[in-house]
Amino acid sequence: MLTTEEVKHIALLARIGLSDTETGKYRKELSSVLDFFHELEELDLSGEREGIDMPVKENDTREDRVHGSGPVSREAILQNVPSRKDGFVKVKSVFSL
Amino acid sequence: MIRTLHEQLKNKETTAISLAESYLARIAERDPEIGAYLMVLGDEARKEAARVDLKIAHGETIGLLEGIPGAVKDNMCMEGTRTTAGSKILDNYVAPYDATIIRRLREAGAIILGKTNMDEFAMGSSTESSAYRQTKNPADPERVPGGSSGGSAAAVADGMAVFALGSDTGGSIRQPASFCGVVGLKPTYGRVSRYGLIAMASSLDQIGPFTTTVEDAAIVLSETYGYDPMDVTTAESDGKRFEDFLSGDIRGLKIGIPKEYLSDGLDERVRSVFTEAVERFRSLGAEIREISLPHSKYALPVYYIIMPSEVSSNLARFDGIRFGMSVNDGSERFAGSDTLLETYLDTRDYGFGDEVKRRIMLGTYTLSAGYYDAYYKKAQKVRDLIRHDFVDAFQEVDLVFSPTAPEAAFRFGAKQDDLIGMYLSDIYTVTANLAGVPAISFPMGTLNEDGKDLPLGGQLMARWFDEETLLRTADAFEKTNQ
Repeated sequence: MLTTEEVKHIALLARIGLSDTETGKYRKELSSVLDFFHELEELDLSGEREGIDMPVKENDTREDRVHGSGPVSREAILQNVPSRKDGFVKVKSVFSL
Repeated sequence: MIRTLHEQLKNKETTAISLAESYLARIAERDPEIGAYLMVLGDEARKEAARVDLKIAHGETIGLLEGIPGAVKDNMCMEGTRTTAGSKILDNYVAPYDATIIRRLREAGAIILGKTNMDEFAMGSSTESSAYRQTKNPADPERVPGGSSGGSAAAVADGMAVFALGSDTGGSIRQPASFCGVVGLKPTYGRVSRYGLIAMASSLDQIGPFTTTVEDAAIVLSETYGYDPMDVTTAESDGKRFEDFLSGDIRGLKIGIPKEYLSDGLDERVRSVFTEAVERFRSLGAEIREISLPHSKYALPVYYIIMPSEVSSNLARFDGIRFGMSVNDGSERFAGSDTLLETYLDTRDYGFGDEVKRRIMLGTYTLSAGYYDAYYKKAQKVRDLIRHDFVDAFQEVDLVFSPTAPEAAFRFGAKQDDLIGMYLSDIYTVTANLAGVPAISFPMGTLNEDGKDLPLGGQLMARWFDEETLLRTADAFEKTNQ
């Protein structure tokens, strides 16, 4: 079973602010799913067969060249920004003062 | 059905506008009860239909999908249209561009009737996790349509669209197709571009159609697959028109039944419908063989490690800064936040539903320092073993056949407190995503429960990029219904 501290730590890493009630709820639920993974422990993966022999695409890279936002206009993208000023995205300060 | 409508349009027995109107009327009549749609795009649909009619009037040739009314799951971006992925966090999001799949539909001349309901960010097997509405199963309105593409499945099953697109990460097309009694196709990983599909788990996600017939699924696939520079996982088109392969002849094809899928726990009623379906394939001249996919029992735990890991990474973009809802939108609704960290924490706590939070945190955990090797890395290794199972199986057989789901549609709320029970709905479907092979669910029979005949789907899986054999086999089965 995960500890309350562990759940709080995961939630912070995941950038989800949880209330204490929620923390308790997710502690139970996440633990039950993690239990479900134990089945994998019985597998010996010291591995005689590594890699995949099936059709896999080669990496498909493009030239390293700036091409703007393609067909999508800057305005259309900015329309969705919740808080903006003078054509910039406005954010809160990183550190509290 | 698409071919018949196409002929009627061509021969001027009907018009695209009257076709669109009849589907819009059906939606107006039925959707208040069923709840398949999140948004109906009546004006746009009429405009597009008028354009097709003009083409026909000018004697121009039209493609098979031209003027055919369809619907798309609300996780596909349509320029200038609200796209929510069933989540509150995207409540006010207006897509600034068309997904490639939408562009392909437009180029093919299809009429898009609207956006369909889904589990939030495609996470669920019942469409109950949508932040917006409940979708009912047309076969029994007291039951769920399956998920996550429940809206698309219900729309097609209830005659509110000729075809609908869904996305399938672990069964989200096939399981609702099974529950609603329609055809659902998950193409090979890399067949159809996901550019503009709101990503859930990128190594698993694939877009595919819901239709009432196998031929229709083949037509929609033919019109939508191929290489897209915006999704580098896509393969070059092999130029195939899949509807051309539906000969009805499957003599000599080898169909494998994985013994691991028919364990003692399987519902006897599902087993008996499945056994009958196997006999139908045999009577069509297919050779039936028992096969083994030895790592099948690990597929579900592997899926529930890999998928949430990718989810936690993909959904990091919903941060209250760039798009979607934010506690800092300056509205009266929120108190706002003092720091950037608070913006993230509060926006994501408010905007995401339970199941999404669960999966993000699960994935964050399995990727975190100290646990990465034990969970994520291990799961990737087992995923390789599962792929090898299929490589080996396809040395012996051409197709793998199983039930699509271990059950028929369940009642609303039945699995609300049973997390693992809900996850078990995906037990037969996740392997195709982990291995990347194409798979289809088609109606194989019904199961009677409380006086209602509930649909059950059969699932066929085929070799990578062998959709023609997959569709030919499902079509041959369907033809025996006539």
